[in-house]
Amino acid sequence: MVVMSAFSPGHPASGENAAPGQPDLGDLLRASARGDEQAFAELYDATSARLYGLVLRVVRDPAQSEEVTQEAFLEIWRSCARFDADKGSPMSWMMTIAHRKAVDRVRSAEAATRRDQTYERTSRERDYDVTAEQAERDLDGQRVRRAMESLTETQRGAIQLAYFGGYTHTEVAALLGIPLGTAKTRIRDGLIRLRDTLGMQS
Amino acid sequence: MNADIHGLSGAYAVDALDDVERAEFERHLAQCPECQAEVESLRAAAVELTRGTATPPPATLRASVLGQISTVRPLPPANPLPDAGDTTDGARTGAGVVTLESRRRRSPLTWLVAAAAAAVLAIGGLVWSPWSADEPEQLTATEQVIRAKDAQRFEKVIDGAKATIVRSPSLGKAVIIADNMPAAPDGKDFQVWFQNPDGEMVSAGLMPHEARPTVSMVLNGDASKFTGAGITVEPAGGSPAPTSEPIVLFEFS
Repeated sequence: MVVMSAFSPGHPASGENAAPGQPDLGDLLRASARGDEQAFAELYDATSARLYGLVLRVVRDPAQSEEVTQEAFLEIWRSCARFDADKGSPMSWMMTIAHRKAVDRVRSAEAATRRDQTYERTSRERDYDVTAEQAERDLDGQRVRRAMESLTETQRGAIQLAYFGGYTHTEVAALLGIPLGTAKTRIRDGLIRLRDTLGMQS
Repeated sequence: MNADIHGLSGAYAVDALDDVERAEFERHLAQCPECQAEVESLRAAAVELTRGTATPPPATLRASVLGQISTVRPLPPANPLPDAGDTTDGARTGAGVVTLESRRRRSPLTWLVAAAAAAVLAIGGLVWSPWSADEPEQLTATEQVIRAKDAQRFEKVIDGAKATIVRSPSLGKAVIIADNMPAAPDGKDFQVWFQNPDGEMVSAGLMPHEARPTVSMVLNGDASKFTGAGITVEPAGGSPAPTSEPIVLFEFS
């Protein structure tokens, strides 16, 4: 398609997430932007476990997680023409949308009660362990786990609580018992270190 | 570049800012390519952490999502295609920045009108990516105040809770955002007051009774006319005038 060719030079659209034999997520997004529902179905099949897994991790309640994941996919469908391959991978863009939706959900008052009940059954200790166990499933996971181990305990805790817990940096500071205002710095230091350890582009 | 606000990039990348900080940072982000690049790279790093968390959703979700998309029209691309001979990455990025500049110069009235239009069009909230969308996003009343050009911010910390009032004289509105606020005692409510230039307190509304991580509330009354605000503990349902000493006072100056 002539119009699309303007976007191709210099953009390895497939990005890091497209393995051989896997559909190219960038292509599927661009086709979806033109209203191609079949392409969106393929996109869903290729990414729904990642999105739902993240949402479930943050929201915890399976029924609510399903709702939030659906909202995220509808948002992705609606705004897929806005995806800009210059600004990151398709997976990162989609996960960002899902994460924001999940965080919005857990911070809304309606959800607070139900989530807290679930939260009581899940200690934070276990939370850390689950990440480690799951991460060991594959080589990527090991790479990520090693990168996490290179962080200080505070950096690691701050990132876990913020990203998977959906807490604000103010709440993270309170949970970790560190001075107000330092959690945002630990989150940033930790993410930068993680990024550099994982050898990702800055 | 403001080093202080730049330091919010990590918390922003993992959605760990409160509403006020998020709006402030996004205002900065729109004009800071360094922060845009940093946020993207940190988001990508965070996404790497989810490689172990993939969980297939219930099969019914697929039918539900695919059944609904046919009722939703995909938005057009954010940036018009570049002119012939203008296809380099740099030129496209440049065009995006111009668009952002014009966004930022919109008057509050334009925002209100645009927000109303967006509210009609939108399903659910948009994730605001200032560099990839040129449509006005859905703005809540709170966001309108926070993003107003003349927004003034007043912050108080009380026993680990944080209360922030953001006031826009031009909009005549103010909002209060409370983080980590405890529940009011049984039979009591937190009531917010505006203070007029004579020192008189005028009710601006009741805070929600229950404890919540973050509460934001638009205050009743023309915020441009008052010189301060306060919070008192009042009998449930509130009082016509304060019956106790304020637990916190704000001066709009």
